[in-house]
Amino acid sequence: MAYTLNVNGADHTVDVDGEMPLLWVLRDVLGMTGTKFGCGQALCGACTVHLDGTAVRSCQTFVSDAVGTTVTTIEGLSPDGNHPVQAAWREANVPQCGYCQGGQIMQAASLLKDTPNPTDADIDAAMSGNICRCGTYPRIRAAIKQAATKMAGAQ
Amino acid sequence: MKHDQNLGRMFGAPIANVSRRAFLTGIAAGSLILSVGLPARAQEAEKYAGEGMANGLREDPKIFIAIGEDGTVTVLCHRSEMGQGVRTSWPLVVADELEADWSRVKVAQAPGDEPRFGNQDTDGSRSMRHHFMTLRRMGAAARQMLEQAAANQWGVPVAEVEANNHEIVHTTSNRRLGFGEVAKAAADLPVPSRESLKLKDPAKFHYIGKGETPLIDGLDISTGRAQYGIDAKLDGMVHAVIARPPVFGGTVKSYDDAEALKVPGVLKVIAIDPTPAPAVFLPLGGIAVVATNTWAAMKGREALKIEWDDGPNASYSSEEYKATLEAAVRKPGAVVREEGDADKAFAGAAKRIEAEYYIPYLAHATMEPPAALVRVADGKCEAWSCVQSPQATRDHLAQRLGIPVENVTVNVTLLGGGFGRKSKPDYVVEAGLLSQAMGGTPVKVTWTREDDLVNDYFHAVSMERIEAALDDSGKPVAWLHRSAAPTIMSIFAPDPKHEADWEMGMGLVDVPFDIPNVRIENPEAAAHTRIGWFRSVYNVPHAFAIQSFAAELAAAAGRDQKDYLLELIGPARQVDLRNLSVKWNYGEDPSVYLLDTGRLRGVIQTAAEGIGWGRTLPQGSGLGIAGHRSFVSYVAAAVEVQVGEGGALTIPRVDIAIDCGPQINPDRIRSQMEGAVVMGVSLATLGEITFKNGRAEQTNFDTFEVTRIDAAPKEINVHLMPASDYSLPLGGVGEPGVPPVAPALTNAIFAATRKRIRRLPIRDQLA
Repeated sequence: MAYTLNVNGADHTVDVDGEMPLLWVLRDVLGMTGTKFGCGQALCGACTVHLDGTAVRSCQTFVSDAVGTTVTTIEGLSPDGNHPVQAAWREANVPQCGYCQGGQIMQAASLLKDTPNPTDADIDAAMSGNICRCGTYPRIRAAIKQAATKMAGAQ
Repeated sequence: MKHDQNLGRMFGAPIANVSRRAFLTGIAAGSLILSVGLPARAQEAEKYAGEGMANGLREDPKIFIAIGEDGTVTVLCHRSEMGQGVRTSWPLVVADELEADWSRVKVAQAPGDEPRFGNQDTDGSRSMRHHFMTLRRMGAAARQMLEQAAANQWGVPVAEVEANNHEIVHTTSNRRLGFGEVAKAAADLPVPSRESLKLKDPAKFHYIGKGETPLIDGLDISTGRAQYGIDAKLDGMVHAVIARPPVFGGTVKSYDDAEALKVPGVLKVIAIDPTPAPAVFLPLGGIAVVATNTWAAMKGREALKIEWDDGPNASYSSEEYKATLEAAVRKPGAVVREEGDADKAFAGAAKRIEAEYYIPYLAHATMEPPAALVRVADGKCEAWSCVQSPQATRDHLAQRLGIPVENVTVNVTLLGGGFGRKSKPDYVVEAGLLSQAMGGTPVKVTWTREDDLVNDYFHAVSMERIEAALDDSGKPVAWLHRSAAPTIMSIFAPDPKHEADWEMGMGLVDVPFDIPNVRIENPEAAAHTRIGWFRSVYNVPHAFAIQSFAAELAAAAGRDQKDYLLELIGPARQVDLRNLSVKWNYGEDPSVYLLDTGRLRGVIQTAAEGIGWGRTLPQGSGLGIAGHRSFVSYVAAAVEVQVGEGGALTIPRVDIAIDCGPQINPDRIRSQMEGAVVMGVSLATLGEITFKNGRAEQTNFDTFEVTRIDAAPKEINVHLMPASDYSLPLGGVGEPGVPPVAPALTNAIFAATRKRIRRLPIRDQLA
């Protein structure tokens, strides 16, 4: 069946099963591979995207449920890659292998939208669904705080 | 996805195309063993470091460095990037010696071609250790060629010109030529001999040792553009997942694909023959479902009806095997090191202490599961994948597909984690077989997380028993250590029952303590699963046991744990490991890389000072420490824990100190230490794969738990021990941070609670 999705500001019509996870529509049908497969069970957060600005796990989101929403992936978080979270990630040299970092950045951007000045406990609560097997957590925490400071300064 | 394979040609170099056929027949297993860092064969016994690896080292700037007419410097990296930062650190060394402007330096990824590039196995914490000097010399050679070309153009003596920030300057006239303006002329010059190279004065380094270089892939990673193996794309490609035998050694008895073929999007179901043991890195076999997208393939696999023959490991239970290992370490085993007379010392000792430590199977659980895209058409094979060993990948594809190796191309993508799993390219061969069976259609194989955890090459389970005879002061006069674990050699050879020299050289035989009577034994242990190297490998169980036991001895003697450990190590001295019956020194020359107890003491003291050893802590808190030499580096971890109500464990702080000799990219050393702390905490607190009826019982991150941000140490402080001289030998960085973390943590828990953890993971043992 045909579904029209708005992804990163552009409409795409895909002809797929309505229960196909958004993750695989993005990756295999639309060829947008910035959103990663890590577990398929909403246990790791590698597939995190925004639906209407809120972080969700695309591996557990039916494509049919994404219709009528605004889907944002890591490729579309900012037009030039300079969202404050992305910039903070680069300044802190957060990534090691980098595979989970798209999901981490999407989760962090969602956190800062709702909680502009997060405490350590806020960061733990919001980010503990995102696994980094390389163990970049100390830098993720530092980068979130740095991005929060920059975003506060920009307002 | 395009790799610039013409770098050499830009410098006009001929491309070596050495036939690898001999590699694939008969001696394949042996050759591959060499390629993964096992001890060199007799005829190569004198070769060490990079020269001791299969296909050795290549040092030719015409292969590795290209300079375009626009001045862009491209450095070919033949190591795999899996988070250690090699794609940044590797060109950084060349750029510094070349006097290049980092903003005009790019990195290109080499395909698998060891005859041309030298050994490419990205494992063993070797990339910078083996290549720092070759990279420096290649950068210096290219710089001198540019200087000569400019001198020729100006008609001035080369002594009057020098490279400076991407330009060649005539010092007396201040004339300048950009690198790009003389690149072509430089390429036609011969490469200067090693003797004529003028390496930079380290005082003039711009990048080496600074740690201020942004990650070369940082922009791509932060914007989702970075390409991993699982992201590879080709026009017309199809997607596959595979139902593999759930039990090691199992095979398909029968299968029914009727329902699977009804799933929309499923194109074909293909049986893959299993590989008889020892399979090296070849596939397990099974039933593949090929579909138009990954999700359809997964749905198709769910609809398969497969009857398995579980084979010889059908009743394997890891809990029963634990008892087998316990029985094994309670009886004498093969003696692998003996000094003095341990029996006599035990008989006459004032006190005797013994303990056993159990470390379970672990899964690598790289965030990117194994994945590969392969096209086999027109007698050629081309692969795109996340592999740590691109030449072994090439060899295995050639062997299993029956295609000459020169017709096999392996393109290396970024790796979403490696940790040793991706040294074994079974998943790439699977994709090759499927593309061949699909008549040349490109096939991408994706492992699900369940596949990854159930069919991993697991980190070996291990039982370690240590006994010590103590004198009146509580100091050991005899040390008996029995280590029993299935060996990684079980994937290379039929049913080996003993750990290999290189496995026992990882912290067991080379125990650094100053004890007069020592006996180390290795009882038999059979493998019932695939076993493979996992970041820092057998150092994990050996360091956990030895560093825990040292703390137990300290407690028995009523001594401070750190002070006692330093006394056990003894005074600073340099030991040739051959004198301790150690047959393997991470492939390095034991006369160059000595066991330096002064360096081990140094990291322990630094970590202790960092964490404020001896400070007063609140009730329920404690400090623990451990130090370990591995991959010819020295690392100590000091951990602070707080154990609260119901055994709730928090880790407020870890201080980790590393002495790896000269530091090339300190930022990436720090990041590797931070990551090693988290991985060490993860395996100590949560990680375990168990088997019942031959099957792994953990299938995703709900049951194979890993440390998340909320349980990670709140603060990690990395201490880099200064190295005085860049000509000193380099140690490894990627792996040696892991081993001391678990024992430092459990030693801290003992300090906080008086509870001694001897079985990992900790899980609810504090409740």
